[in-house]
Amino acid sequence: MAIARVPVPEAVEAAPPGAVARWLAATREFCRARTLGAVGAAVIVVMFAVALLAPVLAAYDPEAVDFGAMLARPSLAHWLGTDSFGRDVLSRLIFGSRTALMVGFGASVLGATLGAILGVGSAYFGGRVDLYLQRVMDVFLSFPLIVLALALVAILGNSIPNLIMAIMVPMIPRSALVIRSSALAIREMPFVDAARAAGFGHARIVLRHMLPNVMAPYLIMLTAFLGQAILAEASLSFLGLGVQEPTAAWGLMLRGAAVEFAETAPWMAIFPGLAISLSVFAFNLFGDSLRDALDPRLRTQ
Amino acid sequence: MGSLLDVVDLQTQFVTRGGVVRAVDGVSWDVAEGETVALVGESGCGKSVSALSIMRLVAAPAGRVVGGRILFKGRDLLQLDEESMRRVRGSEIAMIFQEPMTSLNPVLTIGRQITEGLETHLGMAPTAARARAAELLSMVGIPDPARRLPQYPHQFSGGMRQRMMIAMALACEPALVLADEPTTALDVTIQAQILELMKSLSRRLGVAMLMITHNLGIVARYADRVNVMYAGKIIERGTAREIYATPRHPYTLGLLRSVPRLDEPRRARLDPIEGQPPDLTRLPGGCAFAPRCAFRVERCAVETPPLRPIGAPGHVTACWEAERLTAVREPVGGRR
Repeated sequence: MAIARVPVPEAVEAAPPGAVARWLAATREFCRARTLGAVGAAVIVVMFAVALLAPVLAAYDPEAVDFGAMLARPSLAHWLGTDSFGRDVLSRLIFGSRTALMVGFGASVLGATLGAILGVGSAYFGGRVDLYLQRVMDVFLSFPLIVLALALVAILGNSIPNLIMAIMVPMIPRSALVIRSSALAIREMPFVDAARAAGFGHARIVLRHMLPNVMAPYLIMLTAFLGQAILAEASLSFLGLGVQEPTAAWGLMLRGAAVEFAETAPWMAIFPGLAISLSVFAFNLFGDSLRDALDPRLRTQ
Repeated sequence: MGSLLDVVDLQTQFVTRGGVVRAVDGVSWDVAEGETVALVGESGCGKSVSALSIMRLVAAPAGRVVGGRILFKGRDLLQLDEESMRRVRGSEIAMIFQEPMTSLNPVLTIGRQITEGLETHLGMAPTAARARAAELLSMVGIPDPARRLPQYPHQFSGGMRQRMMIAMALACEPALVLADEPTTALDVTIQAQILELMKSLSRRLGVAMLMITHNLGIVARYADRVNVMYAGKIIERGTAREIYATPRHPYTLGLLRSVPRLDEPRRARLDPIEGQPPDLTRLPGGCAFAPRCAFRVERCAVETPPLRPIGAPGHVTACWEAERLTAVREPVGGRR
């Protein structure tokens, strides 16, 4: 096969597209090649918009009790009905997205980041540090995420910061495990030795030189954690150990009266359940597509 | 000229499953200020480990400098605490690595990789460091530095990356640069450019250089003095001219003979050195080169030859039979 080499004008390589243009191009490519992931991303974007605009979008105060409209069916006044206190389900769902995103993002960003730092540090120092750190991680890994989170909430007490903390801790070893394996390969790259030879300290090498190189697995872990964290928050709230009444939270809306009136007022449980499923599904779709897009082994062509 | 770096009886070992590898086994050499010294030998003879030992970057816990002194400007680097050693690395002794492809961090910009050293070692402000980085890039012959600084290593060619490595090494104006096979990964035409650049910069800035290589062609043209290493020991030392004109060790002679030459008629085959380098965990007694040596006598297998002066001042060799070499050498050079 004859390969016609078209001389590439110097200017093409010379003027790299701006960061914005590159992001746009990458986004377009992602939407084209991974439609499902793009759908997930769209749902996430909508969720964010809803959370941000909650006071504008919600027709009712999510905590306002209206005994005149208890257990009202979905109608024009209350699109998704009301609960046993006469609170508007849609408004509570809208405000509940704030709780879900705050806890979800807080826990997964902190968990993935701390895990990444530990994972990279563990790979960088190696030897005994690596050995001991990994054994501690193994201990934490032996608990299912929700069990460890439950135990932590029980110890810490339930406020939103404590909830974030409780969900974050079990994520650290999961993130550290994955990031460490990537960082082990980075550790062997000559530029790490070059950084040592240039007289940089350990902290600088770990944080500034190695960490940016494990961005791909980091982002994948992060998106995977987001769905898990939202689910964990909903589960904890459902079990009564998470967010407390009267704050709007999806998991909380599923418990108590929602169980009691499941047959006469099913909208109380159906819609928050759908919200939880949809958001977790969206994060997982997006996370999977992102992993496929960033993992060179899975890259097509 | 005073001695800038004085390596005295350096011993570096690696503990492996197969036993203790004596990678550097009691080696002494020195580099004067502004001088270019070559460390020559085949793969695994301890050249790179020597450089890493000076930087105190031998991978612990398997590798360890077990003895000797490394006097840099009169201070023993082996006695420094980790913090002081870190200040030496990069700012007083810099290193250039073999692989310009992988020795640069792929996710940091060229500019950042140069300014980082300037900021941490010299305490420069970011804007001043940026200006200096641009200056350094033009000094190593990278055109249009302002446009190049925000780029990433993958946007540079191999030669350009090695130029950039040189710029990074010289950034903090070190007194000594350790160049570990700086041109091995490059095209031949680029090799010459890079070497010329290193030579002219070291002259201009008065930087001393330790050139680690297996390429005797490089040595001849760019080094003032040459140390030939074999199996963790220095077996011959002299000026580049001396080593070339009158090698006094069979190994050096072998190395010179295995270089293909354009100025000689094409022979059917080169004269490679027979056999393999010895296993460093089980060095035989006597001269380590003896099993592969054409000049071997009985004494070689029993007694280790020490370095002894021979011929011109400064020329030393570790061979019992060095005198015999002068006689038989002639056919090599005269084979034209």
